[in-house]
Parts: sequence; C-alpha cells; structure tokens
Amino acid sequence: MTITASYYLVLAAMIFTIGAVGVLIRRNVLVMFMCIELMLNAVNLTFVAFARQLNDIRGQAFVFFTLVVAAAEVAVGLAIIVAIFRRRRGATADDVRMLKG
Amino acid sequence: MTAVVFFVFAALALAGALGVVLARNPVHSALVLVVTLVSVAVFFVQQQAHLLAAVQIIVYAGAIVVLFLFVIMLLGVDREETLEDPLRFQRPAALALGAIVLAELVFLAGHEWVTGAKAPSQFAIKGGSVALGGNVERVARVLFTDFLWPFEITAGLLVIAVVGSVVLARRSGQAVELVDEDVDEDVEEDVEEDVEEDVDEVEVP
Amino acid sequence: MSSHDVLDLVWLVPALPLFGALFLLLFGKRIGEPIAGWIGSLMLGLAFLVSVVMFFALRDLGAEHRQHVVDLFTWLPSGGLKVEFGFLADPLSIAFILFITSVATLIHIYSIGYMHGDPRFSRFFAYMNLFVAAMLILVLGSSFLMTFLGWEGVGLCSYLLIAFWFERASAANAGKKAFITTRIGDVGFMVAMFLIFAELGSLNYTGANGALAGALRLDSGTATAIALLLFFGAIGKSAQFPLHFWLPDAMEGPTPVSALIHAATMVTAGVFLVARAHTFFEVSGDAMTVVAWVGAGTAFLAGTVALVQPDIKRVLAYSTISQLGYMFLALGVGAYGAAIFLVITHAFFKATLFLGAGTVIHGNDDNQDMRIMGGFRKYMPYTAMAFIVAFLAIAGVPPFAGFWAKDGVLEKVFQSSEYGLWIVGLAAAILTGAYMTRQVYLTFFANERFHTPAEAHDDAPEIAELATPTIAYGDAPRTPFMHHDPHEGNGLMVGPVVLLAGLAVLGGLLDLPFQRIEFLNDWLDPVFADAHHEIAAPSFLGGVGLSVLAFGMALLGLVLGYAAYHRGLQSVDRDPFDERLGPLGRLFGHAYYYDEGISRAVDGPLRAGASWLARVFDARIIDGAVNGVGWVVRETSLGFRKLQSGFVRNYALGIVLGTAALLAYLLIWAAR
Repeated sequence: MTITASYYLVLAAMIFTIGAVGVLIRRNVLVMFMCIELMLNAVNLTFVAFARQLNDIRGQAFVFFTLVVAAAEVAVGLAIIVAIFRRRRGATADDVRMLKG
Repeated sequence: MTAVVFFVFAALALAGALGVVLARNPVHSALVLVVTLVSVAVFFVQQQAHLLAAVQIIVYAGAIVVLFLFVIMLLGVDREETLEDPLRFQRPAALALGAIVLAELVFLAGHEWVTGAKAPSQFAIKGGSVALGGNVERVARVLFTDFLWPFEITAGLLVIAVVGSVVLARRSGQAVELVDEDVDEDVEEDVEEDVEEDVDEVEVP
Repeated sequence: MSSHDVLDLVWLVPALPLFGALFLLLFGKRIGEPIAGWIGSLMLGLAFLVSVVMFFALRDLGAEHRQHVVDLFTWLPSGGLKVEFGFLADPLSIAFILFITSVATLIHIYSIGYMHGDPRFSRFFAYMNLFVAAMLILVLGSSFLMTFLGWEGVGLCSYLLIAFWFERASAANAGKKAFITTRIGDVGFMVAMFLIFAELGSLNYTGANGALAGALRLDSGTATAIALLLFFGAIGKSAQFPLHFWLPDAMEGPTPVSALIHAATMVTAGVFLVARAHTFFEVSGDAMTVVAWVGAGTAFLAGTVALVQPDIKRVLAYSTISQLGYMFLALGVGAYGAAIFLVITHAFFKATLFLGAGTVIHGNDDNQDMRIMGGFRKYMPYTAMAFIVAFLAIAGVPPFAGFWAKDGVLEKVFQSSEYGLWIVGLAAAILTGAYMTRQVYLTFFANERFHTPAEAHDDAPEIAELATPTIAYGDAPRTPFMHHDPHEGNGLMVGPVVLLAGLAVLGGLLDLPFQRIEFLNDWLDPVFADAHHEIAAPSFLGGVGLSVLAFGMALLGLVLGYAAYHRGLQSVDRDPFDERLGPLGRLFGHAYYYDEGISRAVDGPLRAGASWLARVFDARIIDGAVNGVGWVVRETSLGFRKLQSGFVRNYALGIVLGTAALLAYLLIWAAR
C-alpha cells in the first residue's frame, strides 16, 4: 500500500493528542515540558507531510524555523523553571498557584 | 518496504509518546522521548526531508533532550508524583477532551484535502530541474533568499534566548518566593540544607 | 389711540406693585417709615387708576368683543406646549382688578397707621405689594399656567405675611400650616393642568384652540375629572371643607393681612378659578353639584362655629369661610353673576370688618378677647359706625350691598329647583345674622367689661409676651388689664375704614335685581355666554317673595343675637349662646374637632404609613433591589472566580477545550 500523506497526518494527530493529554495530566513540570515538545514534533511532522503532498519546499523551511524557535523556547523555559523551582525541590506545577482568583 | 518502515517506526513513536506521558520517573520520560524523536527523524527521511532529519537528530535529540536531562538532575528527580490527581475532574476531563480532539483530528486528517494550489516549480521537493540540487541545496536556497529576513531574526532570537536564560537562571541577591507555602516539613529541611550548600558554593570565587 | 392699544398696557397693572415690591425690598430699610408705606400705597393707587382706564377701554369695545389678549413674550416654548406670558383683559378680569386694587390701596393706607413702630415696617409693604402683584397676575393671566403663577405667588406671600411676626412660634406654625394646606390643593390644580394639556393641547383661556373652547368637546367624564381637580385647588385656596382649617390660624398675621388676603383677595382666587374654568364644570354637570353642596355645607358649618368664638378675628375668619361657601353655592348652580357680585361686595364689607377689628385691637392694647370688651361705641365712634354698616351688609339687610348679593344667590338657587341647597343657604343666613349681631354687641354695645378690677396687679402680662394673642374657644377669659380707655385709631386708620364702609353701601348699586340696573350681570354676560344654564327669572311677585324671605331669615338671626346679647355679658365666663347650646356649643366651638382629627390622623396612621415606607419600602425593597443587583453580580463573579483556580493544568484544559470546539466548528459548519 502506498503511504499517503494521510497516514502521517493521522499519526501526527495521535502524537499531538498524547502530548496534549500529557500536559494536562502530569504534574512534574519537566515532564509537562517534554509533552509540549511532543506536540511540537507532531506539528512538524504534519508540515513535512503536507510539504511532500504539495511538493513545496517551503513547508520544510517552516519546520526549520519551528525547530529553531523550539530550541530557544526550551532554553528560556528551562531557565524559568530552574529559577522558580530552585528554592523548593520537588515542587510540582500545582504548587505555583499565585494567579488564583 | 516503505510501509513496513512506516508502521514499525509509527509504533515506536507512539510507544515513545505514551512512555513520556506514563513514565513515573522523569529520566525515563526523557529517554523514551528520544525514541520518539528519532522515529520522527526517520519519517522526515522517508518524506525527502533529509536536512530536517539531520537537524532533528542534532538539535532535538542531541541538545534539547540533553538540556532536559541536566535540569532534571538539577531539580526534579527526588519526588515521584502520586498517582492520585489532586484536581478531581482533571483526569477524566483531560481524557475525554483528548479523545474528542483525536477523533476530530483523525477525521480531518483522513480526508484528501484538495486545494488545487500548485507550488511554483522552483520550490519543488521532488523533480524539477537537476540544477536545483538535492534537498539541502533546495532548503538552503529558500532559506537564504525568500526567507532571509525571518532567518536573520531567528538568529537574533537565539541570542536573546541565550541572554535570557542566563539572566533568568542566575541567583539574585534577594530571593523571591514564587512557590506556595504549603510544602511538607521534611522538604523544608531539605531546602534549608540545600540552600546552605548552594550558598557555600556560590561564595567560592 | 384705539381701545386695543390702551388695553395693550394692561400689564402695567401687576407691574406697578411688582416694581413697588422690588423697590421696597431693596431700599425699604433705608427709606423707612412711613415713606415706604406711602410708596406701597402709591403703587397700588396707580394700579387702580390704570385699571379704571382699562375698564373704560374695554367697555368701548362693544359687548360682543370684550376680550383682549396681550402677550408679552413666549414663556414656555416646549414642544407641543407653547405658553405665552400674557394677560387677558375681559369683563371678568377687569371686574376683579378694579376691586382688588381699590381695596388693596385702602388697606395699604390703613397699614401705615396700623404697623407704626414695627421694626420690619418696609418689609411688610414689600410683601403686601408683592402679594397684590401676584393676585393681579392670577386674575389677569391669559392661560391656566399664568393663573397658576399668580396662584403660587399669593400662596408664598400669604406664608410670608401670616408668619410676619415669626418670632412667635404660633405665627410661624400658622404660616406653615397655611402654605402646606393650600399646597395640597395646588396638586389638584397641577394635575388638572396636565389633564387639560393632554386632552386639549392648550392651556390658554381664549382662542378657538384654547382650553375653554376645547372643553365643550370633552366627554363629561374627563370634564368632571378636570373640574373636580381644579375645584380641589380652589378648595385649598378658598378654605372650603376639607381644606379650610388653615384660615382661622392665619389670623396670627397682622390684621391688615387678614383683611387683604383672607377677606378680599387670596381666598377669592378659588372662586375666580372656578368661574374662569366654568366651561369644564358646565360640561361635567356632576362637578357643579359637588361645588354647590361643598359650598352650602361649608357655609352652614362655618356659621355654626362662628356662633361661640370669643376671639374677634376668629369670628370673622369663620365668617369668611361661610361667605365663600355662598359664593361656591352660587357657582355650583350656574349663577356666575351672583357669585362674582358676592365676591365684590364681600371684599368691601369684609375688609371693613377686619380693618375695624384691627382698630379695636389696636385701641385696646392688643386684646382680642371680646368677652372683656364692650361699649366701644363711645370711644371709637367712626370705627363703630363703619363696622355696623358692614355688619348690616354682611347680615343681609337692605339696602346695603350684602342683601342684594345674597338675595341674588338664594334666588338663583331657588330658581334652579335646588330646594335642599336653598334651605341650607337660608339656615346659613340666619347664622350669619346671629353671630354678627353677637359680635357687634359684645364689642361696641352693652356693658363695658374692660375695666381693670381693683385687685388686678400691675404686673399682669402684656399681650405681646403671651404665646399667642388668639383666644381659642375654651380659653379662660383674660383678666382685663387696661389702665386707660380704648381709643379710636388715627386718621390713617379711620379714613380707609370709613371709605370701605361707603363702598359696602354703594356696592349694592352694582347689581340690583331690576332689569335695567343689572350692571354687573350684563357686564359679565359675555364671559359666561357659553354656559348651558339659563336660570329663569322669577315672576315679579315670586322675586319679591324670595327677597322678603331672605330678609326675614337675616332678621331672625339679628333678633336672636339681640335677644341674647343686648345686655352684654353678665359674667365674663358665661356666654349665652354657648350656654344655650350646651354640648353642641362645645362641638361648634372646637370646629367639630376637625383640627384635632387631622392631627391625630397625621400623627397616627399617616406617620405610621410614612414610617413603614421609610423602614420597609425604602430600606428593604428599594435598597434591597439596588443591593440585590450588586449581590447578584457579586455572586456571579464569585462563581466565575472559581474558574481561576491558579492551576496551570486547568488553564491548559481550557485551551484544549477551546481547541476541540474550534475543530468541531471547522468540521460541522465550515466543511459543508
């Protein structure tokens, strides 16, 4: 069978959903962050699939940028996490509640 | 052949994703994440995105996951999450919504979306003139001509990210409590000890 | 210069006293006594002269055309309502301004003598001028709103003048009582104006689109409502039941005030209003019946109360209420000419009586208790003579004015086949004769009871130091305290009284019931031409018979009074009428306990009602509603606040929820 773009898209959808659910369910901040990376990857996969289907290199260029930005985001995000959770070892996402209304 | 590769690595990717979500130990999550990332790289290769596959391995699996592991070591290994979720409706709601979103996405993805758009030939991935070169040349050409401006900006972005993370992660003179107060006693004591240790370390020039 | 040009100056009539009032308010203190008084009197004298000129100018217009409107400027151009600040010169208004200005001038001159020595002398004349200006605007106004302007003005001045000696609590209270009570009636007037405008679109008296012309097109229900509301306003100003109880207390004011306001002018404003708006009453029919019965009833009841009052001014106050009742009785049967005739003659003789009483009070050291007067005829002969003339007039003795007027009213009532009203009217006539005779004898004739007894101390309290000079029924008689004989008033006081008495005599000539001398009736005819009522004149014998009967009733009253009082009081605390009436006497004396009843009603149920409104309705219901809105908002926001849990994961859940919704939209709607 030919693997059309749809297969990749379905797969990307599943990875994306798993990542989303993971963000919602896990409380460890770092694991949450990793799940976000999962979601980003799924999106990259989608872009590449469509680029192939439409035979357009610009889709891949976009993924390139996404990768770069994801890297920058991880750096800054982890710096923030370190800054917040350095004081309290073993704190979870639930412990940062200062925005409570 | 393609199909076999696809299904094998698809299974691996999914297993990895599930592993990230379900693993108790964050280190395990990180390692399993690598499996997923590599699978995605394989998919990139399968779809004639060779440069991206390489970048994926180098940047994502090579740098980002390593960074994650560093921070895990620095911060979060001690405590494993309890199985019970303190927010009662969060888990069922998350699963339900996840299922809904998945269904919608699958439905969307399963269709053949035909827009009738035709990309200009210079942007072709496959085919086109030989002068276009391989995948690396094609991506490079696009990056340095049509997308030069975003390219330079992302370079600036990277610089900002570097500076930002250095500034954010620095210990400042006055510490601000950003975490809520109700944490266990023994953790308090641990924190006290760690603070003492850290203070000593900092003083060393 | 044509008559119309002359009549264009009719605005001078109220402008002159208005100018006088402003001038005296600003400069009066510097001018001082007595020039301030002369200025006030001068303004009114000039106004009188202008009124006479206006009269002749109007007369020259010929009977069918006697109506001239002068609009000075547009007062209220407000949407559909356009009210001019204008004056209407027609037989009715000219008749009124003539007697108002003449009587007011004489009263002003009298006041120069009466108010001598008062620290606020010039202020008094300023207020008096202002009052007359307002009254003139009231009668000269070209629309209901102009009349209302004057109406409110006289109400204000009445308050200012009644409470002129405001250092005395009783006077201040009386002023407030008068103002508040008439204000209640004013509400009726205002609502009537709203209705008139709503139904007819205009508040003007004249003109094809005016209110009076429009009234003819109204259905009787609306007309009745308007008429009764206007009458309610009239009841307040003219002290008829049930809003009559302010007038006796108003005697706290200086006597010239009582003479001007509460005899001649302000109290006749109600009569004027009903006469002016008679078209509404005619169309209604039922309203006229109400007016007639209220008038007759008030006339009778007030007369009973006057029988046993010991205070000289109180008797006159109730007498005024009673005579006003007669006027409304006349209006109620459609005898407009007779009513106006009575208004004019009443102004003359009542002013005489009040001013005479003022002289009496002035001459016996401010004592108002008739029980310690007596035999004053010897000491103040001119006043006595004038008083007696006026007394004969009010009692209805021919050939004085009162007889012709009252006889005219009773005849018209009889001819309208309203026999019930007629009998009540006759009864009131008897009472008038009786109480007036009593007053005259107690004051001017019979035994002298004012001599200070030998045992009296020199430190008997001065009248001015007492809480109130008014003697209420049931008060013990004062111990006489004068150390000298009573004296006549000075020239300034005697002159006007005598002149007014003369008018009381001659006034009768205005309208004798003989065809060719019915001056007033003929003069007023065009104003009331649209009235449906045509009261048949009686046959000659019938007319004579009725007149004789009226005179007979008056005579009966006189005889009763004479019989009881011609020897004066044997003992100061035993009053013959009071004794013979027994418990009825107490009922009459306390004015049927009406005042007490009102006090109890206001203090009891009304206060409870008001308190409930404040406590429950305002605090709980209204505030509750307002606070309730706030409470709802707060509760809602508290509910929404729960969404802000502070947990990042919850917020992420929200994001995913939104995503699911977006995708759903995409799938279901957009993909069609």
